[in-house]
Amino acid sequence: MQPTLAISQNALHLDAAAETDRITAAIREAVGQQLRCKGAVVGVSGGIDSSVVAFLCARALGSDRVFVLFTPEADSSPESLRLGRLVANQLGVESRLEDIAPILISAGCYERRDAAIRLVVPEYGPDWKSKIVLPDLLSSGRYPIFSIIVQSPAGVQKCVRLTADAYLGILAATNLKQRTRKMIEYYYADLKHYAVAGTPNRLEYDQGFFVKYGDGAADFKPIAHLYKSQVFQLAAYLGVPEEIQRRVPTTDTYSLAQSQEEFYFSLPLDKMDLCLYGKNNNVPASAIATAVGISEAQVERVYSMIEAKRNATRSLHLAPVLMAPIPEIK
Amino acid sequence: MPSIEQEIRSFIVGQFLLGDESSLHNDDSFLEKGTFDSTGILELVSFLEQKYQIELQPDELIPENLDSVNCLVHFLQRRVPALAVAQAQVQR
Repeated sequence: MQPTLAISQNALHLDAAAETDRITAAIREAVGQQLRCKGAVVGVSGGIDSSVVAFLCARALGSDRVFVLFTPEADSSPESLRLGRLVANQLGVESRLEDIAPILISAGCYERRDAAIRLVVPEYGPDWKSKIVLPDLLSSGRYPIFSIIVQSPAGVQKCVRLTADAYLGILAATNLKQRTRKMIEYYYADLKHYAVAGTPNRLEYDQGFFVKYGDGAADFKPIAHLYKSQVFQLAAYLGVPEEIQRRVPTTDTYSLAQSQEEFYFSLPLDKMDLCLYGKNNNVPASAIATAVGISEAQVERVYSMIEAKRNATRSLHLAPVLMAPIPEIK
Repeated sequence: MPSIEQEIRSFIVGQFLLGDESSLHNDDSFLEKGTFDSTGILELVSFLEQKYQIELQPDELIPENLDSVNCLVHFLQRRVPALAVAQAQVQR
């Protein structure tokens, strides 16, 4: 009989030194042998995930074979660039700033987004700010229906439920940001014959928290198997600047500050980590409820949300579907 | 005059099932079947609000009301009493 599991944050404890050795060996194998590239391009946002990936790549390949890219745009927090530079400076790697705002303006990103917002907030103007949010899904059985919070130049906020047209319009325009970033990353990858490192953690990878062919595009993904709490453990071991370790994870995509759980997870990331771990390891909801501090029914709800999100985002992981097999190409 | 059930079925089949009428049963759970995602729910809500001239409140946006054709029919009959009356007249 399987012993009852005492679940706590310790369940996600890892041997950071051993895991670093394993990942760095795998990066060398991936970049050098499988991809046959000379180094790695890492888009660094100043967040914990991309910082850890940059540190792992530098340790695996050497600082002279890592190229760090900063790609701020009009809605980026200036903090992101400052923290990103800390990473590059500490690692001693080559870095480049590419302001992607002009490309996004030319592509109509902000204009298209604002037009979509005006479908539900007609008075929304260029000086306004906004972010998309989900309701608190834990305390109600409600569907995950997106709303937008807008803030007028006078600082007055209001929350409006999105229509499908408005939501898709905002999403489509905003996704131009991630796809433009990736386009620039691949420019440098082509220029230097480097591979592009992806920076998703396990929660993001599993739950489809990425833009297909945007931040989801990469040649290798060094931390996609790690829960967010494990990424923090690696960050501490690798010596990622403490300011970055302490920073609250943010999407840094909308003009109003937006935490990742507001946009996607509805739970603080450490608790979401434990729920995902519990679901993946068939841990009874009652055990996770005790560890996380929510009810068993709420854990069951999170378990079904995880499954629903997996189903809804499965296509993001798919390669283009062919209409007939091509056996010569694997 | 089409029934509420026909109107709902027609919307679901047209919007989410590529016109495949046979794959939709009235008691199928949209959530369990993966009929649509969170964007689809927004589309459904917009459809209900426009078609039946109602404004749905946040606490009404729950699976008990919206998760199958049958749930939707019962919900609309409760929510828009005039529809229930019209429906009864159609069935006579």
